Amino acid sequence: MITIDSLTKTYGDTTVVNHVDLQLPDSGVTSLIGPNGAGKSTLLSMVSRILGADAGHVSVEGVDVFKAPSKQVAKKLSILRQDAHTTARITVQELVEFGRYPHSHGRLTPECHAAVAEALEYCDLVDLAQRPIHQLSGGQRQRAYVAMVLAQDTRYVLLDEPLNNLDMVHATGLMRLLRRLADDKGKSIVLVLHDVNYASVYSDRIIAMRDGEVVHDGPPEAVISEHALGDVYGMEFSVHTVGGDRIAAYFR
Amino acid sequence: MPQRKQPTLALPTEAEVSDPAARASAHSTRHLTTRQKRVFAGLALLLLAALALFLTWDVNGHWDFALPRRSEQVVALTVVGIAIATSTVVFQTLTANRILTPSIMGFDALYVLVATALVFLLGSATVARIDPLVMFAANTVLMMGCATALYRWILGNGERGLYTLILVGVVAGTFFSSLTNFMFRTMDPNEFDSLMSTLFASFNAIDTTLLGIGGAMLMVGIVAVFRMAGKLDVLSLGRERAITLGLDYHRTVTWLLLIIALLVSVSTALVGPITFLGLLVANLAYQLTRTHRHVINLAVASLVAIVALVAGQAILEHVLDHNGTLGSIINVVGGLYFIGLLLKEARS
Repeated sequence: MITIDSLTKTYGDTTVVNHVDLQLPDSGVTSLIGPNGAGKSTLLSMVSRILGADAGHVSVEGVDVFKAPSKQVAKKLSILRQDAHTTARITVQELVEFGRYPHSHGRLTPECHAAVAEALEYCDLVDLAQRPIHQLSGGQRQRAYVAMVLAQDTRYVLLDEPLNNLDMVHATGLMRLLRRLADDKGKSIVLVLHDVNYASVYSDRIIAMRDGEVVHDGPPEAVISEHALGDVYGMEFSVHTVGGDRIAAYFR
Repeated sequence: MPQRKQPTLALPTEAEVSDPAARASAHSTRHLTTRQKRVFAGLALLLLAALALFLTWDVNGHWDFALPRRSEQVVALTVVGIAIATSTVVFQTLTANRILTPSIMGFDALYVLVATALVFLLGSATVARIDPLVMFAANTVLMMGCATALYRWILGNGERGLYTLILVGVVAGTFFSSLTNFMFRTMDPNEFDSLMSTLFASFNAIDTTLLGIGGAMLMVGIVAVFRMAGKLDVLSLGRERAITLGLDYHRTVTWLLLIIALLVSVSTALVGPITFLGLLVANLAYQLTRTHRHVINLAVASLVAIVALVAGQAILEHVLDHNGTLGSIINVVGGLYFIGLLLKEARS
């Protein structure tokens, strides 16, 4: 379990994340939704210690992410962010092998090779393994980074807007992959999503943020409602049930 | 030579040797590609040719005079080449770009400033009584402290843009040079004189008294860098991924800055500031090796630097008859290359 205790981040006079208390489960898919500037990405960055917090604590299974050795945290939690991709000339396989760094420090063990092979297989990258990552399409590259996180083999996998720049084929493919990860391997997937319908269809739990605070938190049936979504985004939604899923329409 | 080098660079772990499946899947990362083997072989040949040229050209039978003197020069050029190549490759990984070098960011100028300030504050009478080796050691330690504190602060969280860093570097370099000049002007002529003899080393006047201690410092720096090669590889994925993978980013960067300051001190003490050599050799190495692995890039960049310096010095001394200095030629070629890189970066 990830315990977030009174976590706060301020830039100048603007409080981006305001005393957030949350407990993230140790399995299943949890989505963070909310308008731009709600503090979702900032929250995730702090939970993964990429960004320092101004106040508050985060602990992963009792390990304080800010105080514990980075190595120790890296075996429990990984994050995939939408940042500028690396300038390093590496192949897909080399990238995925980096995922083993917390376990092997560059000296790959047979166990590491097995984990890398499995991650490549799982993300359907076997044929692309020897291709340099800068030659890949956006969807392929995203899969390569997911495979790296997979090879890291942490219980908690955080993803910051993983569907950015992906078409619906690749977006759906990635969401299925993440769902499978949670179901087959019992991992806890926490992701920031802009598309509320992906959140609705694939999540066990949805956390909605607005102005640096958690305003709704619950299963999709509770959060994907006309009232709750209207409250989070400040616009009108109509929610329909399509094939058992709750789908929000907001186009008119 | 490349055959001898290969096993140390690509030593398979015991697990890989005993497990054929693991060995098969490991080929992409642990071994040299054909291309890299060719690069090492080619550079080794070039190095031998350059050494032969430099050591034997125009000796006219005065072997006992020429050989020791020239060998000493070769050793000095080797130390300088490795120090500059290594510090540049490490710095470029640290700042996640291929344009900035320690020299461009004002490290050399800071070393000269520290050396000048030390003479300025202690006075030449005191300095004259101190062993030059002790002076050099003191300079280096001070330089490592100042540079690490300053650049740690300038680099911040690794989130400043390239152009901000270049601007800060140029301003810092100019500021350090101006301070140095200011001290020169207000200095007692005797002190100025004693400074000149220690500070103004160049390729034509290599400060060989410091060769022993400089070489020892280089070894320390090189061992440290190669021990951290795996961390450097992780760092090349960018700050955030490095942290995610469990690298203690802050500590690693501090260590690397200390090593860079050490290496810059060595090269600056031996031959003075050379702004663009590192930029040239590092980028040439990346183009030759096409890998992210620092073990390989560091070795190739160092080889390229040694070849360039030894061949350049040979041609300068024997073909051009000392009409010009190696430093100025490097700066002209490297300066043009730097502008080219900047324009390319600005367009992309």
